[in-house]
Amino acid sequence: MSEQGVDNSKRQFLTTALTVVGAVGTGYIAVPFLSQMQPSTKAKAAGAPVEIDISKLETGQLIRAAWRGKPVWVLNRTPDVLEILASNTDNLADPDSQESNQPTSSQNEFRSIKPEIFIAVGLCTHLGCSPTFRPETAPNDLGPDWKGGFFCPCHGSGFDLAGRVVKGVPAPTNLDVPPHHYITDTLVLIGEDTVEDSA
Amino acid sequence: MKTNYVANCGTWFLDRFPLTKLWNEHMAQYYAPKNFNFWYFFGSLALLVLVNQFITGILLTMNYKPDASLAFDSVEYIMREVPWGWLVRYMHSTGASAFFIVVYLHMFRGLIYGSYKQPRELIWIFGMLLFVALMAEAFMGYLLPWGQMSYWGAQVIISLFSAIPVIGDDLSLWVRGDYVISDATLNRFFAFHVIAIPLILIMLVFLHIIALHEVGSNNPDGIEIKDSKDPWGHPVDGIPFHPYYTVKDIVGVAVFLFFFATVLFYMPEMGGYFLEHANFIPADPLATPEHIAPVWYFTPFYAILRAIPDKFAGVIAMGGAIVVLFLLPWLDRSPVKSIRYRGGIYKKALFLFVISFLGLGYLGMQAPTAGATMMARVFTSIYFAFFLLMPIYTRWEKTKPVPKRVNQPASIEDHIPAIKESFAAMTLEVSEQKNGHTVKHTRPNPSGIAHELSKLVKKMKGSLD
Repeated sequence: MSEQGVDNSKRQFLTTALTVVGAVGTGYIAVPFLSQMQPSTKAKAAGAPVEIDISKLETGQLIRAAWRGKPVWVLNRTPDVLEILASNTDNLADPDSQESNQPTSSQNEFRSIKPEIFIAVGLCTHLGCSPTFRPETAPNDLGPDWKGGFFCPCHGSGFDLAGRVVKGVPAPTNLDVPPHHYITDTLVLIGEDTVEDSA
Repeated sequence: MKTNYVANCGTWFLDRFPLTKLWNEHMAQYYAPKNFNFWYFFGSLALLVLVNQFITGILLTMNYKPDASLAFDSVEYIMREVPWGWLVRYMHSTGASAFFIVVYLHMFRGLIYGSYKQPRELIWIFGMLLFVALMAEAFMGYLLPWGQMSYWGAQVIISLFSAIPVIGDDLSLWVRGDYVISDATLNRFFAFHVIAIPLILIMLVFLHIIALHEVGSNNPDGIEIKDSKDPWGHPVDGIPFHPYYTVKDIVGVAVFLFFFATVLFYMPEMGGYFLEHANFIPADPLATPEHIAPVWYFTPFYAILRAIPDKFAGVIAMGGAIVVLFLLPWLDRSPVKSIRYRGGIYKKALFLFVISFLGLGYLGMQAPTAGATMMARVFTSIYFAFFLLMPIYTRWEKTKPVPKRVNQPASIEDHIPAIKESFAAMTLEVSEQKNGHTVKHTRPNPSGIAHELSKLVKKMKGSLD
């Protein structure tokens, strides 16, 4: 076929125009394809708040509950522990919880609304393993400086009993404290900060 | 005249499909170097394992249920109640580990003989993409039994995405399809594991082989056989892939199947390395197992992740450990391909690299104690130094002259006199009088053994220079 008399700029324009239209079309169809991998409405609705009754929680005891499929810990701390938490802040990466996730009602030295009752999401802020509860002081495997806390078996991050991360471990922030509030003195609702939130 | 219907059918087909052409191009007239050694088995073995995974995988999907409440039990159902289900499942799980053994050895072959160097950069890139796809395939497959290790392993790896600044959290939410690992995650991992990634694997294998057959295979001497051709245009140091290497590879397949069957029938869990003990407990989202480690083939990279005391930097280092492998063809500046003619620096660097890779693999399975983390940091530094300093040390190295033609490797018969000699040096002839007869005994000679051993060590040290 002869190439004579062919206006190449028109051909180029048509090629470019078709490419652009094709790219826009691909972009449009990509939205439903990619969005359908987002959490479904059902998965979103499953994030409903849960109530935990702490009337039978003894001093020093830790109970676990599930909220949004995540483990939530409720720990009743002894006065000794609170004393240690108040004094031992030198080896902590974020003692004042400036960089960490918690409701404002829990942004204090004990990271809780009631000083003795500690509530946290039991997932390491590094890569999401559930740390083990190690309340004892100076056990053999964790060394003499261990004052009691949570130790992540996956990558060796340590947290104190207020969920504050120690220095020099992979976890970047303190354990998350979920939004929560007390409905009564012994009934706590995980998932909402205040009564107004549920409205 | 009688019509030959079979021949006519053949002609009809060949007029419409270039079967003979394809066969000749890729098998009967594909000239491969005649000096392939042991290391050249692993390419065809990788293909064999891929076929094994496809067949057993298809059979497994017939009874497996990709549902968080049914998955664990359906795997146990396959193991206990489906006829031969245990065999198919163990072939699939052992095949996964075998795949990585074969692929790691295949990659190491590339490292020692410079198979990634010009003009084979693209083969290496396609191969690396295959490696990444294979890791994705293995990772997603490991979630499917829905045991404790499946669950928490996936939790850790998906959380890696959340370390990416700005988009991290949304990205990991999108990958999981839920706020935690859940039924939605299991279901989509099943789709990826069974459809998406296998398709990508097949496409990449195709590209890998087409690229290989375009430039031709490298060989242990690292010289281009196409540079010396006979009057008919065939490489003088080449032999047709079929029948020479198809037959040779059958021997490799037989030896491989011997090892594969041994694991399959006598130690299918391989002491917790191929199938981890914690994975025989159903997934529990509220409790992480005491000791969590990935399956052995991920542990070198996992150890690198753990060695870095910062979340984002750790993820970058782990990703970097794989990205740096892609760059290998451009990092290596040596004019020589094969380790046979390279200088001592590269040999020593490679030796250190292998030690640190194996060391990282070991440490990745251990609990993260302070000492282990320190060791992992040393090995991580060596791992990256091997690659990142390569442009410098490969330029310094004193290479040996590369021959024009491939070397005739010494046959086993040639080694016999030397073996006899060293055996004689290591033994003593002792005569003893017994019942009036002279009895001769051959006894080990400690000083002779020590002497031979020191000779061997000197020889090995010499070969590093």
